[in-house]
Amino acid sequence: MSKKLWYSLLAVLMITATVLSACAPATQPPAATEPPAAGDQVEVFSWWTGGGEAAGLDAMIVVFNAANPNIEFVNSAVAGGAGTNARAVLATRLQAGEPPDSWQGHAGQELIGTYVAGGQIEPLNDLYEAEGWLAVMPETLIPLISQDGNIYSVPVNIHRANVLWYNPGILEANNIAVPTTMDEWLAAMETLKAAGVQPLALGEQWTKMHLLETVLLGTLGPDAYNGLWDGSTDWGSAEVKAALDNYVKVLSYANTDSASLSWQDASQLVVNGDAAFNVMGDWAEGYFREIGKAPNVDYGWAPVPGSVGVFQFLSDSFVLAVGAPHPEAATAWLKIAGSKAGQEAFNPVKGSICARTDCDKSLFGEYLQSAMEDWSTDIVVGSLTHGVVANDSWKSEIDTALGAFIADGNVDAFQSALVAACQNSGPCE
Amino acid sequence: MFRDKDRYLSVLLISPSILAVLIFIYGFISWSVRVSLSKWKGLNPDYTWNALNNYIELFKDPRFHVDVRNTLIFTGVFVVGSIVVGFLLAVMLDQGLKGEGFFRSLFLFPMAISYIVTGVVWRWLMNPAEGTRTSGLNLLFSYLHLDFLQNAWHTTPYWGMAAIALAAVWQMSGYTMALYLAGLRSIPAELREAAQIDGANELEIYRHIILPLLSPVTLSALIILGHMSLKVFDLIIAIAGKQYPLDVPAIYMWQTTFDGHFYGRGAAIGILLLISVALLIIPYIRYTLKTEVQQ
Repeated sequence: MSKKLWYSLLAVLMITATVLSACAPATQPPAATEPPAAGDQVEVFSWWTGGGEAAGLDAMIVVFNAANPNIEFVNSAVAGGAGTNARAVLATRLQAGEPPDSWQGHAGQELIGTYVAGGQIEPLNDLYEAEGWLAVMPETLIPLISQDGNIYSVPVNIHRANVLWYNPGILEANNIAVPTTMDEWLAAMETLKAAGVQPLALGEQWTKMHLLETVLLGTLGPDAYNGLWDGSTDWGSAEVKAALDNYVKVLSYANTDSASLSWQDASQLVVNGDAAFNVMGDWAEGYFREIGKAPNVDYGWAPVPGSVGVFQFLSDSFVLAVGAPHPEAATAWLKIAGSKAGQEAFNPVKGSICARTDCDKSLFGEYLQSAMEDWSTDIVVGSLTHGVVANDSWKSEIDTALGAFIADGNVDAFQSALVAACQNSGPCE
Repeated sequence: MFRDKDRYLSVLLISPSILAVLIFIYGFISWSVRVSLSKWKGLNPDYTWNALNNYIELFKDPRFHVDVRNTLIFTGVFVVGSIVVGFLLAVMLDQGLKGEGFFRSLFLFPMAISYIVTGVVWRWLMNPAEGTRTSGLNLLFSYLHLDFLQNAWHTTPYWGMAAIALAAVWQMSGYTMALYLAGLRSIPAELREAAQIDGANELEIYRHIILPLLSPVTLSALIILGHMSLKVFDLIIAIAGKQYPLDVPAIYMWQTTFDGHFYGRGAAIGILLLISVALLIIPYIRYTLKTEVQQ
């Protein structure tokens, strides 16, 4: 009998061991092991697992390997949910004190508000000076990716948020010139509406936030717009009220089924001739090409009215972890990410432009060439929807306020909710 | 002696699963309760005591009011719809028609699909586009010259949630049909015959004999469907994404925690969800345990 008992006990122990080991992380991060004697390695974390992004990352890894033959590149990309899954995995690893050497994030407050506040990323000012990046990146960009004079990430690519896409055929048929001011735009949409044409194509809630940030910029201008995010422009002011009134007017020209359309659905309405205008970031251009549309024939582009000469940007960038297991290899990676060769490898494949202003234009298509031109001359401001100007908490409160406004249409309540959001999670007191 | 050892052994053998349940269910529930009483906002844990403030804020939060309203609309349409449709299907199948097995499987099949798949299909069916872009059910209505039935479905202000519940009714009414069919089959034929001899018509038989005898089935269906509707998440995400007018507590919890880093508030929503589900489930479990013991 006692023998049987011992067997059972053994079985219990084994089951317990299995359960416990199942609770442990399935794979130990390579960071935990000693670097191999022959060479070093660098672990880079991202959510670039498909499409042009993954292909661009692969192209940049080739450049990295050529420059650093002794460093093994460990690509720790996590798929799913446009980065939501990856950010959750990253948060878990950071809370466990096992950071990857470097990770991807939207440049600006999305990174700074989350990871600088948590003391998890290193300032990179020395690297910027040593590599001479300050001379090749727009002057107005640097404050947007810095906090208290410290630069925290290396932008690899640049997308533009304030782009007005239009259907050239529809504008021509209705004798409308491409609008450059808010008033011209509203007048143009009124004409189109009277002619029985759908003036504006709009999609689900986040595309409405995208539209909001461009209308705020177009009405307030770059200085007051920047002031919204550092506390110097009052969210409760009359000028913000005027911008919100413009937003209400713009929304009144949108399609009624916006809540059921993705951004692709909405942008497609313009190139298919179902709507005249659409405001979307310049990744839409990659989508237009993908569905076989030609620039200046099926679609034209201009800055969102009121924001001519201003480049509202967003960017994917890489950081250096505090306590990175391989700090030197990580720095070598960041050098490639910020280099001309690295960015020229990544961006033509991804369909974005370089953060540097000295990339070879002949590598890029017609639209991107015009964006590169603007990037090197325009005033640079940051995007709200895509993480540059507001931290995650603030952005999510603005999103909630916007959702309530779309549901009930009460502008005054919207404005006071925006004031409250700035007080709760932004710089306003 | 032998019995003692046996008992000792059985406790030992189930101890790993008890341990796992204690840690991974009750341990994390307690942890969530603690987080919901903290000021944690941002990536780094912050357990500063905040008493019930997260809960008080939620009760004042207009978004949470929308969540509660949407949950009530969804629950109402979904539970009533599934029970009524399921019951009618069961009654029809119970008439002893030909090919009953075929129809039974047909009505039960939607249950085999995940909510995500249902959502993707219904997203297309309930396309609210107008004019030349009309598609899905609205296009079908226009072919059938039933244009007055065309509507904005889930994008209807205020009542949009009812459209989402329609998709859920489609998915789950087969399941309630199966429950009711089993219930109907267990009612002895003598009872109906006795009622017929006493002069009752069909309607009176259902009203006074069948429905009362089926009340335990209705209770089970109510509980099962009710707790599903409190937790609904994936169906809404698949049909409408994250949009304020169709917000429910589970979506708010997810967004505020992982997009906005309001961990304290997210945990509070989670605990409120847990309590609301427990209010439904615990009396039911006690009731079934009691009846099982009696049997």
